[in-house]
Amino acid sequence: MNCFVGIDLGSTTTKAVVLDEGGEVLGRGITNSRSNYDLAAELARTEAFVSARFRLLQREVEKTAGGAALERLLAAFRLEQMLVQLASLEAGIAEEVGRSVAPGLRRAAGEAVGEIFRRFAAEEELRFADPDPPARSDFFRDAAGSAYARLAEELEQMSGVTFDLLIGLYDKCIVRVENEPLELGFREHIGKALARAGGQSPVRAAVEAAVCADLGVGATVGTGYGRARLPFPREQIRSEILCHGLGAHILFPGTRTVLDIGGQDTKAIQVDPQGIVTSFQMNDRCAAGCGRYLGYIADEMNMGLHELGPLALTSRRPVKISSTCTVFAGAELRERLSLGEKREDILAGLHRAVILRAMSLVARSGGISDEFTFTGGVARNLAAVRALEGLVAENYGKRTINISADSIYTGALGAAHFARRGAAA
Amino acid sequence: MADEEKDRSMELQKEMLAEHFRRLEAAPETGEPVVYTFVPGNLTELVRSFGALPVLPEINALQSAMRGKSQAYIAAAEKAGHSEDVCSYVKCDIGMSKAGNIGPTGTRLPKPDLLLLSYTGCFTFMKWFELLREEYHCPTVFLQIPYQGDGTETPAQRAYVARQIRETLIPALEKATGRRYDEEKLRESLALSAAAEDDLVAVLQSAKKTPSPIDAYFGAVYYVGPIFSAFRGTPEGAAYYRTLRQEVEQRAARGEGPATPAGRLDRQKYRLVVEGPPNWTHFREFWRMFAEEGAVVVASTYSKVGGTYDFGFRHDPADPLGTLADYCSGCYTNLNLPSRVAMIEAYVKQYNADGFLIHSVKSCNSFSAGQLPILREVERRTGVPGAFIESDLVDARYFSAANLKNRLESYFQMLEARRAGAAAV
Repeated sequence: MNCFVGIDLGSTTTKAVVLDEGGEVLGRGITNSRSNYDLAAELARTEAFVSARFRLLQREVEKTAGGAALERLLAAFRLEQMLVQLASLEAGIAEEVGRSVAPGLRRAAGEAVGEIFRRFAAEEELRFADPDPPARSDFFRDAAGSAYARLAEELEQMSGVTFDLLIGLYDKCIVRVENEPLELGFREHIGKALARAGGQSPVRAAVEAAVCADLGVGATVGTGYGRARLPFPREQIRSEILCHGLGAHILFPGTRTVLDIGGQDTKAIQVDPQGIVTSFQMNDRCAAGCGRYLGYIADEMNMGLHELGPLALTSRRPVKISSTCTVFAGAELRERLSLGEKREDILAGLHRAVILRAMSLVARSGGISDEFTFTGGVARNLAAVRALEGLVAENYGKRTINISADSIYTGALGAAHFARRGAAA
Repeated sequence: MADEEKDRSMELQKEMLAEHFRRLEAAPETGEPVVYTFVPGNLTELVRSFGALPVLPEINALQSAMRGKSQAYIAAAEKAGHSEDVCSYVKCDIGMSKAGNIGPTGTRLPKPDLLLLSYTGCFTFMKWFELLREEYHCPTVFLQIPYQGDGTETPAQRAYVARQIRETLIPALEKATGRRYDEEKLRESLALSAAAEDDLVAVLQSAKKTPSPIDAYFGAVYYVGPIFSAFRGTPEGAAYYRTLRQEVEQRAARGEGPATPAGRLDRQKYRLVVEGPPNWTHFREFWRMFAEEGAVVVASTYSKVGGTYDFGFRHDPADPLGTLADYCSGCYTNLNLPSRVAMIEAYVKQYNADGFLIHSVKSCNSFSAGQLPILREVERRTGVPGAFIESDLVDARYFSAANLKNRLESYFQMLEARRAGAAAV
């Protein structure tokens, strides 16, 4: 099968989308962009192809064994991937213990680390067993980081090894492990996953077919800030403005206005009925009010980025905040806290400030006359979405607001469609 | 820029400027009087008719920036207490004077015998000369030039400006230079101005051809150099424009495009109109972003800040003071928004432009205020899409190459996609 690939090298995350010949999405992949775009692109692409094979598998299995069997298989597959990465991280940390921990502490530290990883793996097994596991970050670094920190804290008392020492070991090793091109391939893990999930014979046959499916690449288009790093000719690079416009159009064909709030920029885009951009505005010289701003706030509050929205939604009396300067975010936050404001109220105010800034760009790009689609990482944040809904209604009246669960992939989706259109032309 | 270096006009300009700065350096010995004045509304013919040499602080600032010197000057001015938000031309000039007043070509600039402000539409200019007056304790003339709020210069306004020239400026120049006002000499000079203006207009209007033999923004910065600075109304100035016009006409006859930092631009994919001054700290890098994409600028408003000659104005030797009044009032930044919209609209239509771009600079309120409404209105009238980019004149801290390139590429791809869409319909 000829596939079409779109890769969006964003400032925070790198996304890949694989389309089949008919333009249906087969697979998606996402990873941290790190400081290494080449690796990020490769990882996202690999993951997208893994998920493409799952999609093929799903099409097959749904005909025979039903969707639930596939869900189990997918969960088992993710668990296998996780266990491989954990093993790599554990090996790295064990090595680091031998290298940098004082000889008198080595044994205790080694044991504590071993215990952390034993518990960690057990938790992963439990997670697999849970039919409805709690939400967590898509990224190994985040998921592993928060579990490791929690376990290290628990073990501090028992092992006599300080939390700081344990966390220091993690910090030293995570980057290297994260940047190792891990073997996350489909073929390698699906067998084990199948054994774990206990697949029946139709599933086995479908797995075999998916493993063997020939997924050739018809064309690839790259976009995003790292696009120049992609080893493609110039014709295969598209600006993210065009990709977001087209991606939003593919997701919601009635879209006429797109707002994308990404890591480092905010874009307001107007598109025609074919998804072609007719005008756009971007944030000015600084990244105030972009996704990265919320990232700083999360860091300052010692929270995960995905925890901000839910906390903000509990606010009853949002604080009025006008500055969205990323550089001053920490100072602004501490000032508010020192005034006795509640964390949720401050967060609600911050989310509204981010959206207010975005609304000014929307207005500058031509306003909202018809269907409106919100994309980018920030569209996953429910507090931001609520603020947006309020401000859109206030400024433009009742408008259809589209948000796709996969909105973070909008740019990559548009790029993949450009690849497909280009190949057809 | 191999081709450009071969151009006789380029060499002429270099020689003229070098000679001018040599004379300025020697002025304390030779006794040639020196008048500091600004480009908009400059009264070069009158100043030179008194045997005085003009110094143009904003030209020095931009040339310092092109030579990579502005950042240190700005830092020096900020150290002396000027805020980060003050016009960067001003800070560059203040910093330069603090560093010994060595001009961009490496020669020392003399102190002024007179400060002449002949355009007051820029409030910053006034404050700038106040600072220079503090520094040099020399006589200062501030001509009050009425803003063209209704889009035209009324007879009363004209008479008001001419009277100030006659009653205030001429006596001040007589006093500062020790020479009598010589109207015959002024008339001769104005006739030379008009001839040079004819040639300049022919050069700028050559961009109506396809391919355009000139770049009317980046390239035009060089073309307007002599007439905007010290050479309007001089025999050297008139000779320069004769030569330049011949070169451009020859290039047009050969069907060649202009020399750019990315080589000669014969294949011109996009014809653009640009509003706003360029960035000077990354001038060639900025130009390259256009040239590499095959974009040529066919008309710009910035190349009119020293005179909007292409709409018919010529210096008139028959009415020396009246014509100088007209000139001061007709400065581009002294025009109201409807006049500026009409001008850009005319450029888009007459020069058959594919798009128009607003380069907004942080430093210049005279230019930047009202640019977004201008964008919308020109889009509405012409149906041609506009784009908005931002940086600064001579403060490199506000030039984000990645950001600008991203927007420009997006814009060019949007033009391309719209063109393809239009072709498909």
